[in-house]
Amino acid sequence: MPKPKAILSALTSIVLLMFTGSAFAAYELNLPTPAAPLTQQMFDLHMLTTKIATIIMIVIIVIVVYAIFKFRKSKDYQADQNFHTGAFGTWSWILVPVIVLGIDLTIAGSASDALKQVEDYSQKNDVTIKVIGSQWKWTYEYMDDDIRVVSNILPEEKAGDNYLRAVDNPLVLPVNKRIRLLHTASDVIHAWWVPEIAYKKDAIPGYINETWTNIQKEGTYRGQCAELCGTGHAYMPIVVEAVSQEKYDAWKARQKAAKAAALAEASSDKVWSKDELMSKGKTVYETSCAACHQVNGEGIPGVFAALKGSKIATGDKAKHIDVVLNGVSGTAMAPWGAQLNDLEIAAVVTYERNAWGNNANDTVQPADIKSARK
Amino acid sequence: MTAVTHDEHHHDEPPKGFKRWLYSTNHKDIGTMYLIFALVMLFLGGGMAMLIRAELYMPGLQIVDPDLYNNLVTDHALIMVFGLVMPAAAGMANWMIPMMIGAPDMALPRMNNMSFWLLPAAAILLVLSLVVQFIPGTGVPVNTGWTLYPPLSVQVGLGMDLLIFTVHLLGISSIMASINIVTTILNMRAPGMPMMKMPLFVWSWFFTGLLLIIIMPVLAGGVTMLLFDRHFGTSFFDAAGGGDPVLFQHLFWFFGHPEVYVLLLPSIGVLGLVIPTFSRKPLFGYKPLVYFMGFLFTLGLIVWAHHQYTIGMSLGVTMYFMIGTILISIPVGLMIFNFIFTMWRGSMTFETPMLFAIAIILMFSFAGVTGVMLAVVPADLQYHDTMFVVAHFHYALIPGAVFGLYAGVFYWLPKWTGHMYDEKLGKIFFWWTTLSFNVTFFPQHFSGLAGMPRRIVDYNSMYIEFNQISTIGAIAFGLSHLLFLYIIIKTVKGGEKAPDKPWEGSQIGTTGLEWTLPSPPPFHSFTTPPEIK
Repeated sequence: MPKPKAILSALTSIVLLMFTGSAFAAYELNLPTPAAPLTQQMFDLHMLTTKIATIIMIVIIVIVVYAIFKFRKSKDYQADQNFHTGAFGTWSWILVPVIVLGIDLTIAGSASDALKQVEDYSQKNDVTIKVIGSQWKWTYEYMDDDIRVVSNILPEEKAGDNYLRAVDNPLVLPVNKRIRLLHTASDVIHAWWVPEIAYKKDAIPGYINETWTNIQKEGTYRGQCAELCGTGHAYMPIVVEAVSQEKYDAWKARQKAAKAAALAEASSDKVWSKDELMSKGKTVYETSCAACHQVNGEGIPGVFAALKGSKIATGDKAKHIDVVLNGVSGTAMAPWGAQLNDLEIAAVVTYERNAWGNNANDTVQPADIKSARK
Repeated sequence: MTAVTHDEHHHDEPPKGFKRWLYSTNHKDIGTMYLIFALVMLFLGGGMAMLIRAELYMPGLQIVDPDLYNNLVTDHALIMVFGLVMPAAAGMANWMIPMMIGAPDMALPRMNNMSFWLLPAAAILLVLSLVVQFIPGTGVPVNTGWTLYPPLSVQVGLGMDLLIFTVHLLGISSIMASINIVTTILNMRAPGMPMMKMPLFVWSWFFTGLLLIIIMPVLAGGVTMLLFDRHFGTSFFDAAGGGDPVLFQHLFWFFGHPEVYVLLLPSIGVLGLVIPTFSRKPLFGYKPLVYFMGFLFTLGLIVWAHHQYTIGMSLGVTMYFMIGTILISIPVGLMIFNFIFTMWRGSMTFETPMLFAIAIILMFSFAGVTGVMLAVVPADLQYHDTMFVVAHFHYALIPGAVFGLYAGVFYWLPKWTGHMYDEKLGKIFFWWTTLSFNVTFFPQHFSGLAGMPRRIVDYNSMYIEFNQISTIGAIAFGLSHLLFLYIIIKTVKGGEKAPDKPWEGSQIGTTGLEWTLPSPPPFHSFTTPPEIK
């Protein structure tokens, strides 16, 4: 009698499920716990289909395993040559469509209810955020408050365990408010996704897609870009800070004050000293540039250019300013002109020309940037 | 019926040397070349998969940089789809369909030669598109994934142009092969073989061929528009010029979704022969199977946008694609049902092809139920573009398509070579490859649910366990194919002599004529139309 090998095949997936289940119980085996009504509905739908899927699989496995052991030649079972011509053989084809259609309609019923919720844009929104994906960062525009947040990946040294899921400036949102998210992109297609609170909808250049959420619980929610967007696809995380309305209002006030101060500083005619520019430039560099070029300016060989000792960062000043302002087409270097003000660009260029042993020994003033922009 | 009567008619020997292969118009030789080509591509595409998994063993960048990683992801998919599964299925069609329906050869033998020889040219272009990135000044590598979505694919350098021409050549090759097969099936059947008596494998290729003829021109059109956007100033897919980036996705998936059935159907056809043979009783519900294949063919053509649930379609359109997609479970469910009830009350033995067939029923069902999960739009808005999807389609395509082809290889190797393969090694290969496949892909469901997007080169340390299991499984899965290669070479070189009907149940319930020929069959089979009882 042959060894019952077949049962192994039949139970492979179940065994694996138990193996992974017990050994890694501490890790996520399911979608993360939802924190918004829509994601809760999706989670419930996911559990419904998972249960139906499990039952179907058990039924199939039981029938197949039974057949394998019962109807085998080694047990001298004689094949029933007329099985397929009998009443069952002739009419059973009706069974499958009827049963499967029944299951399908059950699923489709709950699914279409949830889908109508997803696509329900009739209610009043409390906050509207425009989410702009670009290679490789997210920009959030608070449409009602004229606040703009640029969100870059936090380098590994700072992010620690959350590396690739941590950013410098998170999206701050109030809880228990209906939030409208408008998705678009500036270059290629991206997708904004935070599983606990916000499902995916692609950010497509030339399109504005709408989603909504209503966060029920304060906390930090993390996600990643979900649509392949080129070299830095793995390096554009998303972090949402959900806070109470009071904290949200306070945060908004701080943002507005900081913005006004920065604007006033940048537009003054002051000539900045090298030390001032260097210290400002270091901050700008580490938030905006270090994700690719690294904190030590050495880049990642073959992927992101090194600035330490590079021709541009030690050569002609005008060329250097041009690269930072306008980017380099066909490469990963993005244009920064729209995101950084004159002072920030002046500072970061000065910093790059004089840090890590680079010795251009000159300074760049905001006025230089102003004229380069024309 | 014995084969001796046919032998007397065949005196002609195959031509000698390279001319036999380069100028071949013989369906068996061309079938062999298709199969060898597919085997080479299996190792090329598989090698890329090994690199991908090795990179993902640990967080951080160890082996490849992000662009090369995504280029490997792109080429792995294209090679496995266009280089492995389609040529292998076409090779089996070339070998078996004329012999099954009693035709002397394919209907269009010279076109058959051309449709094969375009493939090596396409393969060379594809490899060039990968290596061209190492030449300075050729721009960004093809880091788009096999879907080639613009605007990202417009940013790519020279590699993308080479890849577009690769797709053109592959498309021409498949369209010609399909026309040939469909024509053969419609016109070359022996007297006494109506359509409704054809072996299921022939039916499956009939639908596959029709599908390819419908969808390939759409893909060719889509990538040509992409080429024009890149070089000739058009803006079909550029919103800034009045175009629409989403249009390309619709064109691509109008091809891409039916393509799944192109990969799947020939293997379903193989199962329709293997399961009755080793159950020693006729196929259960032949007619419903044929009709539901037609149903699957039709549904497959009208549900493409379920790959694009996240692009922001209207409620009504999304609902239509969701319900259409869920309905696919009906024909697929019927196929599974009929295969199970072919085994029911049979007298089963478990040779390697049958082991694969049973494993396919179980694992492909699993892909089916995760497919229904993915079809449900609100839930898909969470699963979309995560490793969960990667796990799902590998469960669909490896058991559904690739293992079906392995079953076909073991089923027909005795017929093709005249030697029995080593059954013990075959079984070792089956267990090795099936178990390691599950170790590779089952954990990916969980990393996807936990939030790991697909196509990322570096990941947060929270996903490390699942990725390490997956990589260990993948290396074992990859290595198992060396045994596969060894078994094939060993069988070609020698072994126990195979009788005309190598399997006890060979002829049960099928009118196919392939088992009436000797093993291996003569260079030219059926110079006069055979008679069917």
